[in-house]
Amino acid sequence: MTADLLIAAALVGLLAAAAGAVAPERLRAEVVSVLTVVASGCGLAVALGVLRSGRAAVVHTGRLLPLGGLSLRLDRFGALFVAVSAVVAISAMIFRLGYESHALSSRTASCVLPLFVTALILVPAAASVTTFLFVWELMAITSLLLVLVDHRRRSEVAAAAQWYAVMTQFGAAALLVALVLLATHADSQSFIAIAARSAGVPAWVRSTAFALAVVGFGSKAGMVPLHVWLPRAHPEAPGPVSALMSAAMVNLGIYGIIRVGDGLLGGGPAWWWLLLMGLGALSALFGALHAATSTDLKRLLAYSTTDNMGLVLLGIGASGLFASTGHPSLALVALVAALLHVVFHAVFKGSLFLSAGSIQQASGTRDLDRLGGLLQRMPVTGSLFLVGSAAIAALPPLCGFVSEWLLLQALLHGLPSSDLALAIALPVGVAVLALTGGLTALTFVKAAGIGLLGQPRRAQAVETREVRRSMWAGAGILATLCLVFGVAPFLILPAVLDAARTVTASHVLDPLVRGWHVGLAGAPGALAPGLLGLGLLASVVLTAGIRRALQRAAVRRTEAWGCGRELQTARMQYTATSFGEPLTRVFEDVLSPAHDLDVSHVAESRYYVEAATFHTSLEDAFERHGYRHAASALGWWGRLARRVPNGSVHRYLAFGLVALVVVLVVLG
Amino acid sequence: MTSAWPAPSVVAVSVLQVLGVVVGGPLLVGLMRKVRCRLEGRVGPPVHQPLLDLRKLARRERTRPDRASWIFSVVPVVLVATTLVIALVAPLLSTDPAFGWSADLFALIYLMLIGSVVLALGALDTGTAFGGMGASRAMTIGALSEPALLVAVLALSIPAHSSNVPTIVARSLAHPAWLATPQRLLSLVAFLIVIVAESGRLPVDNPSTHLELTMIHEAMILEYAGADLALIKLGESMRLIVLLALFADLFVPWGIATAPGVGHVVVGVVAIGAKVAALGVALAAFEVAVAKLRLFRVPELLAGAFVLAVLAVISALVVP
Amino acid sequence: MQEAAGRNRGSLQLRHVDAGSCNGCELEITSMSSPVYDVERFGIRLEASPRHVDGLLVTGPVTRNMADPLRRTFEAVPQPRVVVAVGDCALDCGVFAGAYGVQGSVCDVMPVDLAIPGCPPHPATIISALRGLAGT
Repeated sequence: MTADLLIAAALVGLLAAAAGAVAPERLRAEVVSVLTVVASGCGLAVALGVLRSGRAAVVHTGRLLPLGGLSLRLDRFGALFVAVSAVVAISAMIFRLGYESHALSSRTASCVLPLFVTALILVPAAASVTTFLFVWELMAITSLLLVLVDHRRRSEVAAAAQWYAVMTQFGAAALLVALVLLATHADSQSFIAIAARSAGVPAWVRSTAFALAVVGFGSKAGMVPLHVWLPRAHPEAPGPVSALMSAAMVNLGIYGIIRVGDGLLGGGPAWWWLLLMGLGALSALFGALHAATSTDLKRLLAYSTTDNMGLVLLGIGASGLFASTGHPSLALVALVAALLHVVFHAVFKGSLFLSAGSIQQASGTRDLDRLGGLLQRMPVTGSLFLVGSAAIAALPPLCGFVSEWLLLQALLHGLPSSDLALAIALPVGVAVLALTGGLTALTFVKAAGIGLLGQPRRAQAVETREVRRSMWAGAGILATLCLVFGVAPFLILPAVLDAARTVTASHVLDPLVRGWHVGLAGAPGALAPGLLGLGLLASVVLTAGIRRALQRAAVRRTEAWGCGRELQTARMQYTATSFGEPLTRVFEDVLSPAHDLDVSHVAESRYYVEAATFHTSLEDAFERHGYRHAASALGWWGRLARRVPNGSVHRYLAFGLVALVVVLVVLG
Repeated sequence: MTSAWPAPSVVAVSVLQVLGVVVGGPLLVGLMRKVRCRLEGRVGPPVHQPLLDLRKLARRERTRPDRASWIFSVVPVVLVATTLVIALVAPLLSTDPAFGWSADLFALIYLMLIGSVVLALGALDTGTAFGGMGASRAMTIGALSEPALLVAVLALSIPAHSSNVPTIVARSLAHPAWLATPQRLLSLVAFLIVIVAESGRLPVDNPSTHLELTMIHEAMILEYAGADLALIKLGESMRLIVLLALFADLFVPWGIATAPGVGHVVVGVVAIGAKVAALGVALAAFEVAVAKLRLFRVPELLAGAFVLAVLAVISALVVP
Repeated sequence: MQEAAGRNRGSLQLRHVDAGSCNGCELEITSMSSPVYDVERFGIRLEASPRHVDGLLVTGPVTRNMADPLRRTFEAVPQPRVVVAVGDCALDCGVFAGAYGVQGSVCDVMPVDLAIPGCPPHPATIISALRGLAGT
């Protein structure tokens, strides 16, 4: 039954793609969106069925794909990711109904979008190396095409897509080597067989495969230093696509790392996981810092994706480290915390990206320095953005709080041994978690405070109106989930626990308290998000009531206080740049901002300034130092290599002969 | 742990805590002001002056800048409400307050963070230069002080194997020797620095400045008037007393009621009152002695606190 | 006066506006908070924001450039609000009467609730007048 639904999801997805290619333009958006919602609905149904029953959905067909056919097997672990992708896709498609984008309504884009969603649903179900690589590439290429849809109107899009294309193909190459290496040694390309035989594989092969998988999957998850494409490509994609990329696609990078590290290889030595924790900590800090100083709303959200994926990697690393040092129960808690954060990140980041898409469409810009006062002009979208911001800043009683709490508990507690690696790695993890928490609060006070509150910073923003109902409904579904999962995490926790057990520590007892509260079994105290929410609500009502009883007179609306000045304009407000300026100064060594002050004097005297322009920019340090050098080295290598084929037929014949001789010598 | 409705005596203790925080907060601020004045050679206002101010402000007109949204009016309420929840569940008088099992350190600190975040949002909502300036500075300082606070208190939670505050307090009462361990002392210093920063006092911020350009916290609340201002001032003083009381209970837990009964609770009230008053006097005396730091020196101070806190966690794991 | 004292009951905050003073009154106002006079012990403080106060403490004749800012500051104070005019200049423009830059005395611009004469008034005079407003 579930297997049929899985096939149905894929088929409806293909049907939607076909419909996108043939439907007339005025119906295209509706037809594609509705069919894709149906496909995602089938995906969600399969995932929920698998999560509930624990029986994997299996599909094998020998012919559909070359080299071993199509092989799908959706277990609980994969089902969790399918469910997340499906919910994000449903919301994004509802949002798509109202999203006005000529480029996204083109024949190509309408055909590719359902394929992308289908690929997102099929990746966690892939059960063999070839199937996995096929759907993975399908996902990469369709998302690349969707990033490109607006390239005619804006030149940055092409540059972003170029970065993305290079990084994703680089990552795919790493994955190809990793998986083929494992398949060769296991003598089978089925994941189940690889997992069963991986213990006998030589240690260097296992380590190489793991490192390559971290590179390949990590680049998809936006892991520093392979993140450079993410803050370029995610913002340039159209609204619903950036939500799909940042809330669903990055998760699959995490899926891959866990699937290979815990699932196929069955865990490994401590250094694997310390490496992962280090990369996670780096990603979290670097992403949080850049998000705090970004002024482009969607770029800010993209950097915060890097930050959150870093926290997830930190959790996975801690889980692996616990498992390798003999604490399976803690390993399970850490993995549950990481997976829970994946789910919650998808929910709040999806909601934030969809709201940002609404803001961009309604106001025509995503530059925070030019926004402002949107909460009064777009009350629903603005409120949804506020909810998402509070959730990502881990404010109770919203969902981000629960997963960060659990991650902290996993890092801190129940640690009897004084293993030195753990004693160093865990406090660093805690410190990173705390520091990113503070920076995230700043980031989203900036995003919400500058973008939604205050006065509009330019004339056009005054005219901004609320977007269509379906757009805020799409974001609203996810924002509601932020609140629901925040006060009632028990709705999702058992499913995540079951999913985590599929890949690690299946034998240990339940390490978490079940019920309305979240807590570690055996430890005193717990987190009661529902009670906390109720308490907050009661206390807000009480305080507001007291204020009302004390002062019944209506609030007088007056001009804001400006020290008695006559002229007060919106330009006197702090902008996002000025808001982040103190932080930029504090972290000057890491961010190294570039300032450019250009003063021209009047001809008569150098003491009088005619005009002054100030320009400041923040570039990604990895991009500036690492990638630029790598690109120029590649260019140099390419130019060098170009000298070899000079167009002479004789020379090419000689190459052929030499190659043949070499091959014969090597094989002989 | 229990999720059943707490016993009436336990609820009474919690209600007493809330009342103590609501009344004690302004009194603590008045006491600190009195100490400052005395050290400056002045008589100073009576200790209950902040209460007189609040009584007057509560009846005065509320105003709202014409371009602000509903957020502006919600801020004072949320600020007080989050602190009320902390006062209800945190072990201030007794190690067994109502819903004490849910008084998680992380939860309490994030409830405080809600207050800081909404204050900054309210400031940005006014649409003025001062509001943005205050919000930007306060959030920059908060982005560094909140983590330091979190890590400092988490160091305390490691030996107790729980981040539940009543459990930590009960454990330090049971093992007094543990109070003098290196991680304790490191975490104590970090916590103290954070208290100064979070409550907006010298050398981080000058609460009595009249120059808008030197303001941090005051710049954020310039637009609030009447009952709104009363709530904000009340909320701020409540946050200060809660922080000091938590500090007192985590580092000097003696006197806190460990069993139900009127006698224990009375001792608890006296003990916490004395401890908080002593801390307040010390803080005020320190304030008179130091000058305000330059804004861009403050992060260095907080980074120091953060490093001390991380060292506290490391030593808590290495030295069991 | 009586009404204001009953309203404030021991707590009075004022915003000081220099509408064009020679700074003589400012010196006396500053010395009010010195250890000698210590106005704060009566619950009287000068605050930075007009939103936080019960009224204005205005010094000097109202110059043309300060008339509008003074009115704006008055508007910014939540109701009910009082205006205290400090010094002879604030009452009747003093030696500046008729000068080209002077618009008039404070009562020409807004209703004055309490007038404290003197050129400049002694800090103790100002304090005792303000205590009447504060009700202490």
